Amino acid sequence: MPSAYSVYSAYSVANRIERVTAVVVGAGHAGLAASRCLTERSIDHVVLERGEIANSWRNERWDSLRLLTPNWQSRLPGFRYDGSDPDGYMTTSEVIDFVSRYAAAAAAPVRTHTTVDSVRQTDDGYHVATNSGEWRCRALIVASGACNVATVPALRDAIPAAVECVTALDYRKPSQLPDGGVLVVGASATGVQLADEIQRSGRRVTLSVGEHVRLPRTYRGRDVLWWMDASGVWNQRYDEVDDLARARSLPSPQLVGTPERITLDLNALAASGVEIVGRLAAVRDGRALFSGGLRNQCALADLKMNRLLDTFDEWARQSGADGAPPERQPPTNVPDSSRLSIDLGSGEIRSVVWATGFRPDYRWLHVPVVDAKGRLRHDGGVVDAPGLYAIGLPVLRRRKSSFIHGAEDDARDIVGHLAGYLGARVDEKPGRSS
Amino acid sequence: MAVSNVNNGVNVQALLDAREALKGAPAATKFNWRASCQWKNGTYSQTTIQKFHGLGQEQSHKKTFSFDADHPEIFAAEDRGVTPVEFLLVGLASCLTAGIAAVAQNRGIQLRSVEADVEGSMDIQGILGMDSDVRNGYDGIKVTFKIDADASKKDIEALVAQSQKRSAVYDAITNPTNVSVEIL
Repeated sequence: MPSAYSVYSAYSVANRIERVTAVVVGAGHAGLAASRCLTERSIDHVVLERGEIANSWRNERWDSLRLLTPNWQSRLPGFRYDGSDPDGYMTTSEVIDFVSRYAAAAAAPVRTHTTVDSVRQTDDGYHVATNSGEWRCRALIVASGACNVATVPALRDAIPAAVECVTALDYRKPSQLPDGGVLVVGASATGVQLADEIQRSGRRVTLSVGEHVRLPRTYRGRDVLWWMDASGVWNQRYDEVDDLARARSLPSPQLVGTPERITLDLNALAASGVEIVGRLAAVRDGRALFSGGLRNQCALADLKMNRLLDTFDEWARQSGADGAPPERQPPTNVPDSSRLSIDLGSGEIRSVVWATGFRPDYRWLHVPVVDAKGRLRHDGGVVDAPGLYAIGLPVLRRRKSSFIHGAEDDARDIVGHLAGYLGARVDEKPGRSS
Repeated sequence: MAVSNVNNGVNVQALLDAREALKGAPAATKFNWRASCQWKNGTYSQTTIQKFHGLGQEQSHKKTFSFDADHPEIFAAEDRGVTPVEFLLVGLASCLTAGIAAVAQNRGIQLRSVEADVEGSMDIQGILGMDSDVRNGYDGIKVTFKIDADASKKDIEALVAQSQKRSAVYDAITNPTNVSVEIL
């Protein structure tokens, strides 16, 4: 009598279902790091990529974007930056090149132009349907990115039709916006970078600021992300973070990667003529209404930044790190009375740029592991379904998880867990059939 | 992190436990606050508050609270109570102060005294209909805290900032709220 497996294989071949131990969804830096770790453990797998390698970097980023992390921090399992400008910040095309060279060096088994349409649970793993064939696997790693969809508040529907709306995913450069005033909503890295270059293009920018994370580009003579790395803050584990849900939903820090290593905080933006207003709270009768709580948002960001710098100073004191003495940025210079409303029908604002965050898209994941807010239920990347994993999400296992160099430790941990899962399943099989 | 030897009279553990319990009970987190106002005479009115809704059922204060509102004599009124805009200041000051006590307890900061002075500036050309460019409400509100506590200046600043971040009245004043007024 044929074993269950050979019957199943025959069925698979007849229906052209390919069988593999593990599937990785997404060939960005995180998926490729996971692939490399799977290869190291001789776990056969395939990386399914809807477009090209580093697809989001090719198609979903604005032209001027550079990495927030300096080049010397760009490292992935078995691979690191080897160029001539360790303190510089990669442009998007350099990131595409870096990730592509990594895929080649790691000989990652990537199937490009293979869009995953659905993932469903089976008795012993997952069934993956794509636009070019089906797969069965025992384990699956979701590495499809944290920024698939631009999050835009519901009040967008109340913006008058004459005002053009663009999300950070669609935005490429200032010239795609109409002439005239621009309201940039959101003051994360995205918001401050777009506000700055749009203002420099001659369009008058109003920046709506809610909760934000302020950081200087350099501190005591070094890149602020050197301090994050050296002081161990970035390595803080997800299960050591006080309020994990909050840490995972924090806006990205107000940083920009430029050759001049400039600090791009609200003071810098105000100095270049950007008008700072509070959080966009409502659009009523064609008027944008902004919160009067801007002062406290800035106070919170200043306090939080200074606490982080205190942490760096304390680490430097204890470790005897040399360098320039401690320094503090001036407090955010909040206008005495920021504007509370703007008439969107007056012509002052011709376009709105939504820099209000991103979220992953899991519509293809037909496994009950997504919560009511669209977030994956997972414990440090171990998703709440057997053999299912995630990588490349904010504070997935460490504070550095969503940065390029954060993928390495996470990939090793997750693939280690995955290998254990596969091993345990092999071990338990005889017991189960007896 | 609750520190046992700090006592500001706030049962933070009960609040944290409630937050945990409410995670699985979305309906219980919906509250409805109510006040009933009775016109007496002139600008004098009396508002009573007793019932509210929350934790999935009708709730009641231990007794009925009553508030007299009127206007001062310079408004040609009899000053039988504070003005409604002053009630707004009461709400803001007491909300931020309660928040400071709760956050301090949660952060292990012993408070010795907390005083808040609140002032709201207003140009009454608005309410008198003299200039349509002048708004009716406050053009600015300033809160000044004097806090004596076992904490550094930085920790006290953080305490005050966090209290604003979590204050319902601060939110209600700084952000727009839809208000519907109907006639029965």
